[in-house]
Amino acid sequence: MSIQSQMTNGIDLAAVRERLAGQRGPRYWRSLEELAETPEFQAFLEREFPNGAPEVLDPGSRRTFLKLMGASLALAGVSGCTSQPGEKIVPYVRAPEQLIPGKPLFYATAISKSGFPVGVLAESHMGRPTMLEGNERHPDSLGGMDTFTQASVLTLYDPDRSQVVTRRNGKISTWDLFLHEAVRVLNARRSSKGQGVHILTETVTSPSLARQIKAFLEAFPEAVWHQYQPVNRDQARAGAKLAFGRDVTPHYQVAKADVIFALGSDFLAQGPGHLRWARDFASRRETLESMNRLYVVDTTPTITGGMADHRLPAVGHRVADFANFLARELEIKVAEPGGPLLEHEAHWVRALAKDLKKNQGKCLVVTGDDQPAVVHALVHAMNQALGNVGNTVSYTEPVEHGAVDHQESLRALAGDLDAGKVEFLMVLGTNPAYHAPVDLNFAQKLPKAQFSVHLGLYEDETAALCQWHLPETHELEAWGDVLASDGTATIQQPLISPLYDGRSAIELFASLLGEPSRPGLEAGYEIVRETWKARSDLQVGIDFETFWRTAVHEGVVEGTSLKPVEVKLAADLAQAPMPKRPNDDAIEIVFRPDPTIWDGRYANNGWLQELPKPLTKLTWDNAAQVAPALAERLGLNNGDVVELEYEGRKLEAPIWISPGHADRSVTVTLGYGRTRAGRVGNGTGFNAYLLRTAAAPSLGSGVEIRKTGRTYLLAGTDLHRNVMAPNETGEAAAERHLIRVATIDEYRKDPKFAQEMEHVPSPHESLYTEIEGSVDRIDREHGATLPASGSGYAWGMSINLNACMGCGVCVVACQAENNIPIVGKEQVAYGREMQWLDIDRYYQGDLDNPETYHQPRTCMHCENAPCEVVCPVAATVHDDEGINNMVYNRCVGTRYCGNNCPYKVRHFNFFHYSKPKAPSLVVLNNPDVTVRARGVMEKCTYCIQRVNEARSAAQISGNPIRDSDLKTACQSACPTRAIVFGDVNNPESQVSKTKADPRNYGILTDLNTRPRTTYLARLRNPNPEIETESTHGV
Amino acid sequence: MASEHPEPQEANGHAILAPGHTYASVTDKISAIALTSPYRRSWIVGFVIAFALTMMLLTTITAVLVEGVGLFGIRRPVMWGFDIVNFVWWIGIGHAGTLISAVLLLFKQEWRTSINRFAEAMTLFAVACAGLYPLMHMGRPWYFYWLLPYPNTMSLWPQWRSPLVWDVFAVSTYATVSLLFWYVGLIPDLATFRDRAKNRYAKWIYGILAMGWRGSAIHWHRYRTAYMLLAGIATPLVVSVHTVVSLDFAAGVVPGWHTTVFPPYFVAGAIYSGFAMVLTLAIPLRVYYGLQDFITLKHLENMAKILLVTGLIVTYGYALEAFFAWYSSNTYEQFMMKNRATGPYWHTYALLILCNCTAVQVLWFKRARTCVPLLFVLSIIINIGMWLERYVIVVTSLARDFVPAAWNLYHGSFWDYTMYYGTIGLFFALLFIFIRVLPVISIAEMRELVAETRERHGGDEHGHAHPDEDDDELDLVASSG
Repeated sequence: MSIQSQMTNGIDLAAVRERLAGQRGPRYWRSLEELAETPEFQAFLEREFPNGAPEVLDPGSRRTFLKLMGASLALAGVSGCTSQPGEKIVPYVRAPEQLIPGKPLFYATAISKSGFPVGVLAESHMGRPTMLEGNERHPDSLGGMDTFTQASVLTLYDPDRSQVVTRRNGKISTWDLFLHEAVRVLNARRSSKGQGVHILTETVTSPSLARQIKAFLEAFPEAVWHQYQPVNRDQARAGAKLAFGRDVTPHYQVAKADVIFALGSDFLAQGPGHLRWARDFASRRETLESMNRLYVVDTTPTITGGMADHRLPAVGHRVADFANFLARELEIKVAEPGGPLLEHEAHWVRALAKDLKKNQGKCLVVTGDDQPAVVHALVHAMNQALGNVGNTVSYTEPVEHGAVDHQESLRALAGDLDAGKVEFLMVLGTNPAYHAPVDLNFAQKLPKAQFSVHLGLYEDETAALCQWHLPETHELEAWGDVLASDGTATIQQPLISPLYDGRSAIELFASLLGEPSRPGLEAGYEIVRETWKARSDLQVGIDFETFWRTAVHEGVVEGTSLKPVEVKLAADLAQAPMPKRPNDDAIEIVFRPDPTIWDGRYANNGWLQELPKPLTKLTWDNAAQVAPALAERLGLNNGDVVELEYEGRKLEAPIWISPGHADRSVTVTLGYGRTRAGRVGNGTGFNAYLLRTAAAPSLGSGVEIRKTGRTYLLAGTDLHRNVMAPNETGEAAAERHLIRVATIDEYRKDPKFAQEMEHVPSPHESLYTEIEGSVDRIDREHGATLPASGSGYAWGMSINLNACMGCGVCVVACQAENNIPIVGKEQVAYGREMQWLDIDRYYQGDLDNPETYHQPRTCMHCENAPCEVVCPVAATVHDDEGINNMVYNRCVGTRYCGNNCPYKVRHFNFFHYSKPKAPSLVVLNNPDVTVRARGVMEKCTYCIQRVNEARSAAQISGNPIRDSDLKTACQSACPTRAIVFGDVNNPESQVSKTKADPRNYGILTDLNTRPRTTYLARLRNPNPEIETESTHGV
Repeated sequence: MASEHPEPQEANGHAILAPGHTYASVTDKISAIALTSPYRRSWIVGFVIAFALTMMLLTTITAVLVEGVGLFGIRRPVMWGFDIVNFVWWIGIGHAGTLISAVLLLFKQEWRTSINRFAEAMTLFAVACAGLYPLMHMGRPWYFYWLLPYPNTMSLWPQWRSPLVWDVFAVSTYATVSLLFWYVGLIPDLATFRDRAKNRYAKWIYGILAMGWRGSAIHWHRYRTAYMLLAGIATPLVVSVHTVVSLDFAAGVVPGWHTTVFPPYFVAGAIYSGFAMVLTLAIPLRVYYGLQDFITLKHLENMAKILLVTGLIVTYGYALEAFFAWYSSNTYEQFMMKNRATGPYWHTYALLILCNCTAVQVLWFKRARTCVPLLFVLSIIINIGMWLERYVIVVTSLARDFVPAAWNLYHGSFWDYTMYYGTIGLFFALLFIFIRVLPVISIAEMRELVAETRERHGGDEHGHAHPDEDDDELDLVASSG
């Protein structure tokens, strides 16, 4: 062990102390990270906290790690042992408007990723945002959320965010010093009109930022604006150009499509408009009459593939063949395909073509952004041929400003850097040193810039190589604006003043251009206002102030969505060559953004790290996903470390076997293996960018997989550890009818199929007499009586398995709302994750192409709760509205309730998981929810704090609580509205109506638990030409 | 019999007291162990090991109090592990002590006399070890008193429907009654020790503990009454304690727990493991301290017979579980049984059957019942088997219950083992101390036995105590008092 040798070399404790003493104050967190990385410090830690002790604390070794970190913090703090300044607590002299202590306020804003936002309502408690909800008015939210947006509030409070301006040598500096220096360098370039000045951004949709970049480029005409993000739309853009001769962006009206074919596209979970598409998709699966049909061809199992009525796995290189074959079936002239389809595939595509043709104008073909340009072109042609344009597809000008080919743009920058032509480089919020194509050697070239500055939330890999690093404000800390996928603008308002010394990109530009007199927040405000003042077209008949206030308040600027443009298929697509198919025996490598940490930007977000990935259910790591068949051939099992060799580069990665993955293909997800993400993200997973070249950003061929003989611990929450033998769990799940599925034909024949699968005991079978009282409407049908409810409410939940995609946003929303701690990889691996919602993923059928079902499992709030009778101290009790409550303060932690819960939804604080890791994280907690201590059981409460809030509001207003007054966090976040919560005693409530659906069923009801959470059975709409035999249950 | 199996040392295998003993010899021999014999090397080595393990236990308890029960191997869905397994195991072991002292006393089984004292001590120490587990397995052990019905400002009482509350009462009653019973039985002997002790402090301490016992007829009368009353109180506890413990499981919904056969089968299992533990302790004890005269082959054989009977009851319990699973047509029960036998824990189940059901069958043969080394080995096998039984019930049932997506396996962690071995250390440390400070065999009762033996045989010191004893018959009522 290297540490061993360093220990023998010995380091001077005094030297370490000196090092610690030299760094103090606001550099607290950063210095810690740096120190922890030095071998000396590690050796010191080793000696102070000998290795033996953490080893002994086996299951708690992560905690020991945290303790060590804590101890090292204490050490770091010793030198700064000055008395804290005295604080006075005084009441507001003038209370801020609308602020009532204890009452949260909601502000509309938007959180973006690579330029594209999800509109949110941010919940603010006494001036601190704690929770984000979707903004129903925002076209890319419609009230729903995605996991990234939901978790972004944690990033706001992340103690590892960069906090001060630093120079490359690690010295703390100031904005003034930086601006002085930067303006000096820029002024020197004015004479050459800005030659050698380069800006690197991600995709920019912000009108204000675009305006400033424009102004900057006007001031420095020779300056170059580069854009790069690793997950980009280069191929889609090229495809549009190929098809139409110009760059247009397609928009889908999924709700209008009866038949949808997703060709290598995960459109339900990726892309700027995916929340709307998912909502529209689910809206067409609500009733028998409206059922759409989804066909999917993909390589890696995706959320979209899991929702498909028909899915075919195909290696990435054959996706174009499918496009070609289908185009031919649709009588589109195309070039020779790269290769033929197999017999069953051809049959499948012919049936699909027939189905599409039958539904001309009411169907939709979509493809993924990472597919080759020619596939995009073919898909455009197909939609045209099927008459979908104007119905289910429309086109607009690109939403983003200055759209360029990202790959080329970065390549140009790398070339200039290499040639030493870059005299001023400003990197805004992107991290090319980490995620640039490996063959560009960007990290080696970056230091060649004469003056370089990085603005970002974290002092990341790129910041380390730039001369200056500037802390960026979080989107909840600054003014800004951003455009949705359809062009609708949102004005972003700050919820809190910057926690650290950060500024936003627009504020930075303003400073460089010498625009505002005042720096910081107010400058941002002025700039954004100025941008929108200029849009006089939007202010017809109203004054600017009204316009501004409305726009900020609503979270959307009315009338900003883009108008569709007419497009014409320009080129003869027969001229466009199809991609060559590589050697059939070669194994291909697929690069995909990670489902939870995307391209790596969310690596330091603990909620996202610990969120089980929708299909693999892995946490804290990525893995090389392979098909079961390939794993069998290569003798691989889950967690086996393999060496991937691709184009001479080698990378070690653990294997994860994904049922339904295309054979001869290995998928690696991006975003892991970071070295400067922060304490949460560092050292998790492997860095797939090390294999990703500019030529093959999403798909390469000829990867070698070699076993190393080692294994790696992968922490999955899906505990059927061995997917190769899923029979036992699968059989058990089927016997127990946890998932109930029928095709629509079967459903027509027998609408009550789901309820007939299990015997539900009538209450008369109980030995105990029920408490007399108000009779629940639904349960009366089964002859049940409920405990008397003083208020008359009876809360219940319904989860529609037909709509649930398994995306996991409900899990993050629940975590944010209910102060659920993260526990770390080791504890997850040990089965101690705390998330109140588990999304169970079940497969059915063929290992090589199974059907996938997701089932969110949370507290069922049984009317006959087995947990309640066994608690010795009455810490879990029913209230008169049917909620099974946890009285945390009363819990002594015998865990009997956890054992006796048949649904296994109870989570135990085995350690003090909620112990605050940093002061800023304390502020994140929802003040309405108890932070649970060690040794206490916890579980879903139906968001009782929200119920109570609604109840007190209802008491004040005198009206009963209606559906619109109350949403649980999971329900609110769900993009497909799969979760419905409400009063089952009110026949008008949505949940009552849902529960009256014949598909409604409870799980394990034969135990006479009478769960309040029930499910709606899944329906499939297979094409009879493809599928004849029926499939029931898992 | 004796002539068929000539064993010089065990020549009087059927006697419950070797011939030739007088009041004085009995008193001398037993009190010498504690009062006059020097510390033997083996005692010191044994005690040091046990004490070291006890320190390990204290370390574990400290670690768990500081860090949390997460140090144990428990996780979802197996939220009980070694803690409850060991609790039930230790409580079960204790049962033999109560059975021997109380039930056999009421049935006037004289052969109990020489083993009851240390069997009772074993009960107490086992209950002490057992009691640690429910306490330490709690997430917040400092609130253990919330399980007691004490008056408080919130007017909040325990939740009476929970078997854990019943457990608190069952176990605390059991510990109290066992302690009282043991102590009352000790009083005449403490007086003997007071009188024979040379050390001033020892004299003083024994004196206080003897509560002024002078051996008057009134004392004896009161003593007898109290002792019999306590025996009467203790007797139902033999059945009730483990019944309540079994309800911890039987009252749950978990397949593999939710079974009506649990109470009788748990009680039988408790006695089974308890007698096995008595054998494990008695066999070395009689050899080390030369007590073969007092703990004779007769005792060992009688205990072997009890092992056989309880072993068969336990086997019947296992058979019933399997039968119910099949007969109920219940998916969960059937899966549970299949999972036990063929699932990831199949080896524990197989080993359990081997230890508890198969091994004990050799006791059908008298030759096996009187073969001391075999009995010793068998007693350890049964102890292991009974531990496995609890492991199978607790862990295997929880690991795979209703929702397959939540299934997970369980393994004891490092701290689980330190706690387990630590309690074994505590048990033996207490036992070692007990041997050196208190009479391991009831002197008073042995003297009574001497008297009775003499009366019966008219002073014939060479006569057999029970010439009418049948050879191979399985009668528990072995002597005709």
